[in-house]
Amino acid sequence: MKVIFKTSYDRDIDLHKDGWARARIVALVAVMAALPFLVGEYYLAEATNTLIWALAGMGLMLLVGHSGQVSLGHAAFLAIGAYTDTALMNAGLPFVVTFPAAALAAGLFGALVAIPAVRMSGIYLAIATLALFVIVEEMIIIAEPITGGVGGIMAPAIQIAGIDFDRYGQLDRFYWLCLAVVVAVTWAYANLLRSPTGRSFLAVRDSEVSARALGINVTRTRALAFGLSCAMTGLAGALMGHYIAFFNYELFSIFISINLLLVVTIGGLGFIQGAFFGAILITAVPQAITILRGVARDSLGVDIGGMPGLDTMLFAMILIGFIIYEPTGLYGRWLKIKAWVELFPLARRDMFRRQKSYLKTERQK
Amino acid sequence: MDLIQLLVGGVATGCVYGLVALGFVLIYKATEGVNFAQGDMMMLGAFIALGLVNSDHLGLAFIPGVALAAVLMGGVGYGIDRFVVRQIFGQPQFALVILTIALGFVLRFIAGSIWGYSPLVLETPFAGRNLSMGGVNISLADIVTILVTALLTVALWGFFAYTRIGLAAQAASQNQMAAYIVGVPVRRINSIIWALSGMVATVAGVLYASKGAIDPNIGLLGIKAFAAAVIGGFGSLPGALLGGILIGVVEPLAARYLPGGFSQMSPYIIMLAVLVTRPNGLFAQMHAKKV
Repeated sequence: MKVIFKTSYDRDIDLHKDGWARARIVALVAVMAALPFLVGEYYLAEATNTLIWALAGMGLMLLVGHSGQVSLGHAAFLAIGAYTDTALMNAGLPFVVTFPAAALAAGLFGALVAIPAVRMSGIYLAIATLALFVIVEEMIIIAEPITGGVGGIMAPAIQIAGIDFDRYGQLDRFYWLCLAVVVAVTWAYANLLRSPTGRSFLAVRDSEVSARALGINVTRTRALAFGLSCAMTGLAGALMGHYIAFFNYELFSIFISINLLLVVTIGGLGFIQGAFFGAILITAVPQAITILRGVARDSLGVDIGGMPGLDTMLFAMILIGFIIYEPTGLYGRWLKIKAWVELFPLARRDMFRRQKSYLKTERQK
Repeated sequence: MDLIQLLVGGVATGCVYGLVALGFVLIYKATEGVNFAQGDMMMLGAFIALGLVNSDHLGLAFIPGVALAAVLMGGVGYGIDRFVVRQIFGQPQFALVILTIALGFVLRFIAGSIWGYSPLVLETPFAGRNLSMGGVNISLADIVTILVTALLTVALWGFFAYTRIGLAAQAASQNQMAAYIVGVPVRRINSIIWALSGMVATVAGVLYASKGAIDPNIGLLGIKAFAAAVIGGFGSLPGALLGGILIGVVEPLAARYLPGGFSQMSPYIIMLAVLVTRPNGLFAQMHAKKV
């Protein structure tokens, strides 16, 4: 285990532990950037999908993992992002304008919703966001001239400074665009977390009352977290719209909200890396099921394709398993393995024991 | 005349929402957790009743069949708590939310693989019969729904106010540690409450099925029941019922007198309005927040 001497405050709050950690991130981004030359069209499309999910996952991670507010309706903000972007592009605006506009629309809407929502906590907030999702879904159907209603809408091809980023024609360019967005957002997110604003998110998450006592404006902080989270999700929504190319309101179903929750919980709540781990899992599992299905059919003669809902059921089982056995998610497990290796043979099971809390009601009757 | 018919139908539908909401409130009152699988438990209860009662399945008589279904669902509820929910005892509320959402999907898959995904109709003795009073046609199913709901609410209220288990459940919810110290078997109480909530879900499911066909996705009705529970204030039994009835009545009225789409949105608009003006519901039980 390497010991690091911190000789200045800047060194203490540095994003990376040491130069080696920084080099690893640079290497990762380099490999990701080189991916179009390494894999085929099919896997590149899957990688793009994973990146978009990771972006949306980061949006929800900021809310659930870092500011302690649960949203069951984040698909609504994906939808707002996608429809804003597509509708503005159809109105003739270029992508460089509509893409930030999508984030702005989703973020503003989120912040607007947050003003009453932040007065609620826990369960109430979760249910309110669920209700919000249903309302947004109905609005999309009603606002047919803009959204195409039930019939759906076509996302136009992206063009920036004369260069095409068409999802079907130039998939590698579209992939690079997504990668650039994800890298930029991740970098901003990581930096946000070491700023006073980010620190206040964590304070509000851990104890609202203590945060208030420390002089943090809890309402403002929670609304800001909500808005930022929704803006990030809106960006992901805009990209998702272009990725799917032709979509209607059904793309943003309640299951997408649940899948997003799955991404952040299985990935590891409270870690940016968790959003990526979760996104990889959620895009890889359907692939694995398809492959298994083929194997089962060819070698065993069993056709499990006839069971609808099997994927959802598998996701649900994975989620239950993680909640019960590894609530810190994939990234939490990775940290444990790393600590075990670094401390070998000194690591003990009790180092990671979870603290249990006893419930006390806030109701008076 | 039309309006009265609309109102009675609305109250009856509202009673079903209210019953599902009662299931949430039961678990919330006892364990401070919210069971997002309540709608799916209702669906499973309805399907078990269908499997026992319908003539092309087991063909039991209606009342014993439903009673048996309720007992079975009680077992399912107890089992869910004993083997799944108890594992995360002592973890934050958020974990239970995600866990029960996932459980809902599992229940839906189970029901779908046994009974299929096409709509089925439960055979009830009061299906299709109507009572006419002065030109108003009211279906018998609606009246049965309203009566059963009223009875069940009174019974549950009595359970929490007077029985030992009910009082123990309240104690466990108010301060788990203190309840342990005075000898309340908190874990077993939680399981019993889950069993009870499974039974209530079955009754709700059967009443829902008496008004139309059922398929594995009717559990999504749970979202409306949430709105009902929130409107009433999550810890209040009569509040949940009133919230359900309010939603049940407003929905058909909105469908009738407002432009399309509003009827689907109306429960949630009411709920958000209540949350904004009275963040703890109409029958608020929360007075101060502690550290």
